[in-house]
Amino acid sequence: MQPLADQLIRSWIHADPGAWPYTQAVYLLFMLIAGALLTTFTAVFSGIVSWYERRLAGRMQSRIGPNRVGPAGFLVWVADALKLISKEDTIPGDSDHALFRAGPYFVVTGLVLTFVALPFGDRLIAADMNLGLFYILSVTALVVVGLIMSAWSSNSKWSLVGGIRSAAQVVSYEIPAGLAIMVPVLLAGSLSTQGIIRAQGGPAGGSFFLAGGWPWNWFVFDDPMAFVSFFVFLTAALAEGNRTPFDLPEAESELVSGYNTEYSGMRFSFFFLTEWANLWVMSALATLLFLGGWQIPGVAPEVIGHSAALVFVSFLVFVVKTVALVNVVIWLRWTLPRIRVDQMMVLCWKYLVPIEMAAVLLTALWMLGFAHLVPAAQSAIHGVFFLAAGAVPLVLFLRQTFANLRLTSDRVDLTNW
Amino acid sequence: MTEAVLFWLFAVVAVAGGLGVVLARDPLHGALSLLAAFFALAGLFLLLAAQLLAVLQVLVYAGAILVLFLLVILLLDLGPARAAASPPGVVKLAGALGALGLAGLLCTLFLSASFPPAVPPSDFGAVAAVGRVLFIDYTLPFEAISLLLLAAILGAVVVAKGKV
Repeated sequence: MQPLADQLIRSWIHADPGAWPYTQAVYLLFMLIAGALLTTFTAVFSGIVSWYERRLAGRMQSRIGPNRVGPAGFLVWVADALKLISKEDTIPGDSDHALFRAGPYFVVTGLVLTFVALPFGDRLIAADMNLGLFYILSVTALVVVGLIMSAWSSNSKWSLVGGIRSAAQVVSYEIPAGLAIMVPVLLAGSLSTQGIIRAQGGPAGGSFFLAGGWPWNWFVFDDPMAFVSFFVFLTAALAEGNRTPFDLPEAESELVSGYNTEYSGMRFSFFFLTEWANLWVMSALATLLFLGGWQIPGVAPEVIGHSAALVFVSFLVFVVKTVALVNVVIWLRWTLPRIRVDQMMVLCWKYLVPIEMAAVLLTALWMLGFAHLVPAAQSAIHGVFFLAAGAVPLVLFLRQTFANLRLTSDRVDLTNW
Repeated sequence: MTEAVLFWLFAVVAVAGGLGVVLARDPLHGALSLLAAFFALAGLFLLLAAQLLAVLQVLVYAGAILVLFLLVILLLDLGPARAAASPPGVVKLAGALGALGLAGLLCTLFLSASFPPAVPPSDFGAVAAVGRVLFIDYTLPFEAISLLLLAAILGAVVVAKGKV
């Protein structure tokens, strides 16, 4: 935060903030502005995603989706928010009133706190902590505690069962998620979110096709273990965020609505704000850990900070990658059916945890093996692995897709958007 | 100044949280007091420049262990504690005397001991520094503890297997 604030002050009003008597107060003001911006971003993003998800679900199910308010129904999230704010905030008579009221705040606080260490571009981060990733993992604990508080205090069996499932699921999937995060951390040698992204910028002083955020510099194509870890991380993050196919805590066909059954109005909307904003958090984490973060292809990471235009491009790169992943997560929700509780536990403990244990150990061995080789060989290995795991499967997939389209004499149709 | 204010803030919350764990009738209230105590302890670690310890405190205790506690409370569906049979007066008296004696002992110990202010190295508490201490200076105790934990896990599995 401080370097960014210094840089902004220097370039806007040409003054040296270090010489001011009340520099700390200025930094405090910057922090307050950053906090307000991030909180607003959380709310607006989750609102827009709620519209987008419903439109996408409509398209995947051959119906239209919300299309009444605004162009293509875009403003439906504003209408929803207004409705939820003006609704009565009911509190069940037999509930534990204090906990019932406090639960949703814990959930929202836990989520918004993660944005402190999430980057949006080069220099665009509220606080570049050297423990950034651990910090993000630890504050999300508040979300689970909030969910369990709400579930318990509602004094309702649907809520209680939802809360139990949520607790069991999060405790289990935290392990593969944490281990999968360790693979890029090992490769980058840093726990700072910006440090991990910087480590994906290719070899120092590389030529145009070696420097910056080319896919072959991404950690996902670094080695087979990182490639596997990327998918394990996405799966575990889905489960931690209670997304389909792991949305057992709010399985509406058996639990009414799970832990939020007894809530209404603003407190109810907090749960959904968290769920949708969590899509950004998990996608941004996957982007920064495995997909090169804000690195611009062909531009060395050291150059970006000196030019406002390049910083803006890095912001765009990060947002595009993250939104693409959000899109994939929404596809998954409308493609896969919900799995059973025992299947969920088996998947976590019998498959994901052992796979990740092996991946972390093998990554350490891999690094020991290649630390002694020349960087050029490392780049070549990245290139080969990118071809094998990224480029060739993509080409084959596209060929098969278009072959299928030709075979069924179908066409690509985007008209009902 | 700021440090003293923060210290007292965290210290009071930590002690109040600890008292809450013991005194709360509702087990869930007890668990949440524990959460407050964990966060206050993390704050105290931060004041001592032990950032990694502070974050791990929240990650491991608040994020995993407390959630496990909550899971068990929810699974067993424990209501507010039922009036358990009150222990006989002699036991209460003995307990009170023992607690007072321990408190007195600790007080005299801490008041008589001197704590010279230590000057920590600049990278104190950072990941690399903690890692060096843990994996180079204290490798053997670290490995011994991991063996102990493995034995505990295996023991738990064996005990649980008998009933499943």
